[in-house]
Amino acid sequence: MPIEKFIKINSSAVPISIENVDTDQIIPARFLKAVERKGFGDNLFRDWRYDKTNKPIVNFALNQTKYAGQILVGGKNFGSGSSREHAAWAIYDYGFKVVVSSFFADIFKGNALNNGLLPVQLTQAELVQIFASIEDNPQATFTIDLQNQTFVLDASGSSFDFDINPYKKECLLNGYEDIDYLISLEKEISFFESNR
Amino acid sequence: MGHPTTLFDKIWDGHTVRSIDNGPSVLYIDRHYIHEVTSPVAFLGLAGRGLGVACPDRTTATPDHNIPTENQHLSIKDALSRNQVDMLIDNCQKHNIPLYGLNHKWQGIVHVIGPELGLTQPGMTIVCGDSHTSTHGAFGCVAFGIGTSEVEMVLGTQCILQPKPKKMRIKIDGHLKRGVTAKDVALYIISKITTSGGTGHFIEYAGAAIESLSMEGRMTLCNMSIESGARGGLVAPDELTFEYVKGREFSPKGMDWENAMEKWSVLKTDEGALFDKEYAFNAEDIDPMITFGTNPGMGTSITGYIPLSSSLEEGEKVSYEKSLEYMGFSGGDKLEGKTVDFVFVGSCTNGRIEDLREFTHFIKGKKKAQNITAWIVPGSKQVEAQAQEEGLVAILEAAGFELCQPGCSACLAMNEDKIPTGKYAVSTSNRNFEGRQGPGARTLLASPLVAAACAISGKITDPRQFLN
Repeated sequence: MPIEKFIKINSSAVPISIENVDTDQIIPARFLKAVERKGFGDNLFRDWRYDKTNKPIVNFALNQTKYAGQILVGGKNFGSGSSREHAAWAIYDYGFKVVVSSFFADIFKGNALNNGLLPVQLTQAELVQIFASIEDNPQATFTIDLQNQTFVLDASGSSFDFDINPYKKECLLNGYEDIDYLISLEKEISFFESNR
Repeated sequence: MGHPTTLFDKIWDGHTVRSIDNGPSVLYIDRHYIHEVTSPVAFLGLAGRGLGVACPDRTTATPDHNIPTENQHLSIKDALSRNQVDMLIDNCQKHNIPLYGLNHKWQGIVHVIGPELGLTQPGMTIVCGDSHTSTHGAFGCVAFGIGTSEVEMVLGTQCILQPKPKKMRIKIDGHLKRGVTAKDVALYIISKITTSGGTGHFIEYAGAAIESLSMEGRMTLCNMSIESGARGGLVAPDELTFEYVKGREFSPKGMDWENAMEKWSVLKTDEGALFDKEYAFNAEDIDPMITFGTNPGMGTSITGYIPLSSSLEEGEKVSYEKSLEYMGFSGGDKLEGKTVDFVFVGSCTNGRIEDLREFTHFIKGKKKAQNITAWIVPGSKQVEAQAQEEGLVAILEAAGFELCQPGCSACLAMNEDKIPTGKYAVSTSNRNFEGRQGPGARTLLASPLVAAACAISGKITDPRQFLN
């Protein structure tokens, strides 16, 4: 499945100010039985979103109409635990294009990047400011510019820089996938294989 | 002689086909394990590109995550689970990938069967669409979990694009006390460095206490590396490693073995090699451990108390209190003596023969507590057969336990083995996340020995009380 190009996003955000959000919370294992990549957004944060009788839990951010947008803001150490790429699929399928945190687990970060979902890692102090800004005004918008690697709080104009590996940045800006690059190295890989 | 190098660098660099400037390495993969849950979308992707599998002989498949642990000879009841397992069979047939299916004598949890069959060998790069691939680091491998897009890359090209992690060394010197196992060492480390302390790093475990661990113990320790955030962890191979690998189904034989030994004997970190981060702990400081919260870093000595939230930094309090509320615990509670409902022994962390032996020897001649439901799940068909052969099954049955059939089972509760809402399970698995063992389930991670003590007494119990 080719990834969508990521250039710039301007949107309000949904805050989940919990630390150590693991991939079992993002998508519980019992929803990993599909053999195709579709519909995972319906079960995003399933057990935080719905109670045992499948009623929405009203105070969870995804169920609060005041919060909307393409940016998910999570607490420190987001995406820890299982390597299930379904977590990135579920977040993207729900409609998010960016996940912001002060720290990401490695495998989740890689999976997100491979699916056109941009992980924006900021400092803890910057993250606190973003949560405060959303609490102040749930409609507050933010601009993420990948080319310039900036996250801007539109209301105040505060701009935070973020890091991204230059190779992955190119991939996202152009919608390139890793596998195509690897396929292009076929001869080099064969040479390596036969010379070890 | 070049400059001193770490074992991790030797293996990584030796498998690097090319390095992209300021980018990831193109890493050649020696061994790729696949299972039913994270592979179907990868095969779909390959088909969509008109690609085949580059090296079927470097790929091994087994169903484990999503299978029942009883009546495995019958058709799987759950239609979605059955479909996933059938897809794995189809895909393996189509691409000539060796598959050890449900009724094969080698089936089991992918991280248990790899070492058991001698497929995991020192110095290899190993990946699998499962975070606990770190287990294979016990053999001196660079082994790590990957996502499904990456499974597709490896199937299609036998390579992966991967940023090179930093290096961390964790040294544990001294002797482990009685009743303290590899699982306790792992939980102790994570309680100290937290669940994000290893992020961005690959760990080498070293020191006398690590060297003294059995291969099963090293696998348990490396398995839990991911719970500290590290991509993987490894232990330099030694005589014990070679002895374990020798003579197994897919181990090198004859001259190949001699050649392999020559290659493997240099697999160690050179004196003076530099790590990005180093930790040192004393084995004597480690007690049997148990977790009380909803991440593996929330653990303490079994004789300990749950920390008060007032001891934490302001930003951490909300998540901490949410966690204790989920567990039905309060700061200041003593853990010993709390009633538990379930005991789960199994998983890629503690589902090997040594774990079953440890559990069984402890409960021998005792009785399972009335209030405990116990699920004892071997990691593989071979572990199951060996438990039978060694008489462990008879001892378990005499004490009121029974052995299930192999699989991941209640570790992630994808199958029917779910801990009911609100119930407490002392579990030898690897994650105590909310709902991990079933919606609303409350997991307390511990060693097989602690699990045995709890199974006998029906409450959180220090196994050392029973050791003389």
